Amino acid sequence: MQFFGGSEISPSPPTLTVSGNNAHMMYVFNRNGVCLLYREWNRPLHTLNAQQDHKLMFGLLFSLKSLTAKMDPTSAERGNLGVPQLPGQGCSFHSFRTNTYKLSFMESPSGIKIILITHPKTGDLRESLKHIYNLYVEYVMKNPLYTPGTPIRSDLFNTTLDQYVRSIA
Amino acid sequence: MAPTGPRSGDAIFASVERVNAELFTLTYGATVRQLLTDLEEVEEVNKQLDQMGYNIGIRLIDEFLAKSNVSRCVDFKETADVIAKVGFKMFLGINATVTNWDADGTCCNIILEDNPLVDFVELPDTCQGLYYCNILSGVIRGALEMVSMKTEVTWLRDMLRGDDAYELQVKLLKQVPEEYPYKDDE
Repeated sequence: MQFFGGSEISPSPPTLTVSGNNAHMMYVFNRNGVCLLYREWNRPLHTLNAQQDHKLMFGLLFSLKSLTAKMDPTSAERGNLGVPQLPGQGCSFHSFRTNTYKLSFMESPSGIKIILITHPKTGDLRESLKHIYNLYVEYVMKNPLYTPGTPIRSDLFNTTLDQYVRSIA
Repeated sequence: MAPTGPRSGDAIFASVERVNAELFTLTYGATVRQLLTDLEEVEEVNKQLDQMGYNIGIRLIDEFLAKSNVSRCVDFKETADVIAKVGFKMFLGINATVTNWDADGTCCNIILEDNPLVDFVELPDTCQGLYYCNILSGVIRGALEMVSMKTEVTWLRDMLRGDDAYELQVKLLKQVPEEYPYKDDE
């Protein structure tokens, strides 16, 4: 069942790092829905298998983005719900919070989506997500051995990421 | 804390790690020279340079977006301005200007004031059809494709061929909206 054409379907299985980390999980998707990275630090409950989990997460964010843009009360013209969005029409949402977790989201114009799930008292993580995007550029994009569009398998990136996430208050 | 705004090309150019300009020029020259030896046909070399530029562009776009902090451009006019003012300045230190917009706003020319790639370069008679800086057109095409714009980039004027400036034409072919990538039956 291949939906997105990559040869590797899911990223390498998550390894549990040192506990005491504030973040629960992190996902990185590209514009085609391929999950480039999934890191898990603190996730007691697993409900779905990895594939479905990624698909669900991507679908959720795609729909949320579309919905938030279409429901924007400040803008005059919007297409109807369901019409694909042209670039430049977005109004971007950046987080949602429930009573048990907070999900922070950042999407670059090139389609790279970074999602960080943390405990609910976390503040605004937009700057942190930008920093993570910078890390992605440095360790992944600039790596000549990495093929864009495939899951990231870089230990250096994982270590730096873990260190950085641990330092987010 | 609220997100910070976009940074100017000069500011970023000053803050990134830079490499010696001559090293860059000579390395590029050696690459083109080797391509000419390997491929022999000038047209093939042009195509290969464009393809190399494309591969660079699809990665460069993320670095550009991360460092310059620009948000999504509203239309193609803004895109062209950002490429000329921030993009060229940030990566190559070139000042570029955008001119000659057509009626629809889908086609414009970018004039480069100087061009570090062509320092010390002269084209011999055997390579008159060569677009020496074709890698730049590939880079722009690749980068714009990753932000959903299909474009065609060609060289209008090239000083190595006897004109008086470097001028690129960037034409927007179509904007590709984002689609849900999974099939609904799954």
